Amino acid sequence: MERIPILRMGNLLLVTIQVDMHDQLARVLQDDLTSQIEKTGAKGVLIDISALDLVDSFIGRMIANISAMSRILDAQTVVVGMRPAVAITLVELGLDLAGVDTALDVERGMKRLRSRLAAASHDAPDTN
Amino acid sequence: MADSRTKTADIIKSDMADLLSDWKSELRAAVSDSRISGAELETQAAELLGLLSTAAAHGLDISTADWQPVREYLDVVSRSRAIKGFSSQETATFIFSLKKPLFKRVRRLLASEPAALADETWAVTEFVDALGMYTVKAFQKSREEVIARQQEEMLELSTPVIKLWDGIIALPMIGTLDSARTQVVMESLLQRIVDIGAEIAIIDITGVPTVDTLVAQHLLKTVTAIRLMGADCIISGIRPQIAQTIVHLGIDLQGVITKATLADALALALQRTGQAITKAKVA
Repeated sequence: MERIPILRMGNLLLVTIQVDMHDQLARVLQDDLTSQIEKTGAKGVLIDISALDLVDSFIGRMIANISAMSRILDAQTVVVGMRPAVAITLVELGLDLAGVDTALDVERGMKRLRSRLAAASHDAPDTN
Repeated sequence: MADSRTKTADIIKSDMADLLSDWKSELRAAVSDSRISGAELETQAAELLGLLSTAAAHGLDISTADWQPVREYLDVVSRSRAIKGFSSQETATFIFSLKKPLFKRVRRLLASEPAALADETWAVTEFVDALGMYTVKAFQKSREEVIARQQEEMLELSTPVIKLWDGIIALPMIGTLDSARTQVVMESLLQRIVDIGAEIAIIDITGVPTVDTLVAQHLLKTVTAIRLMGADCIISGIRPQIAQTIVHLGIDLQGVITKATLADALALALQRTGQAITKAKVA
């Protein structure tokens, strides 16, 4: 079965969507990613959608859902590289993906994830 | 009238070479312009007359299928005139200058029968007028096409996206925002964000005369799309009246960074990207 690979880099997970996303694939990705976070104890997830040029409302919601699920599992998520056409489509569909963190490209996304993770680990001792 | 119809057709057909040379001299007198060469004008006249003589054999009603080639040729001529910048009057003159040579021949042929002459003159007038009218209509259509195209080009031109600083781009919006424009603006802005890798986009609405709920909605959509792509957006150039309007309309700009001037927006953008401008120290 077709799967989207999930790469592990330290305490981060890297998901690169290189194929046309369809509903079944999105569901499989959701399952795989959540179980991977649980298994590896990853603190951050980076989803690269720069190769994705077609979205519908379902895929849009899937992206928001995956981000929310990761957050519940204590992993920060950043979605990077959204194409202009995809962004316009999502906005026109009324999906503003509130709560999803975004970045322009993988490099910036990584930087952002690292700084957020640093801030989170910095905050943690204070709350205790 | 059936009789007179054939007469006009006969005149065009039998006397074509002579008629053409008369028409050419009329054209030379009426249309002397550097935009079109005499040779081109004469070629057009010759070709049109050829088509006319074929079509006239089937009657002088130019709306019939037999006149299709003539109409098509007039379309082509009118379009080329419109593109070259001729006025409608100058374009119509091309056809109307055929009147005099035709009348001359009708008069010569029917000099002895005044009643027939009057009838025939009327038929020729109606015929040439119909041709002229069609030409002007085709000309107008071409002009409208030109205008529509220019409007489209203006739409593109009025949305320049400027790179202000490293990683900061600005879009000064001028004029009223409607759905079509917002779409173009949004697309070009988002594309530039990708091209440059800009982290912050500033939309300056100093040049937008009024903001209503629709415009505000368009702005919010653009802001959301920019955020989805992973960049930040600042809206600047909000004039006092517009600020009042926005609040009175109950538009929610929470979550959108707004600044009064472009300078303020740039200052914030620089701060966010970790850059600073300092005054040069005078030695």
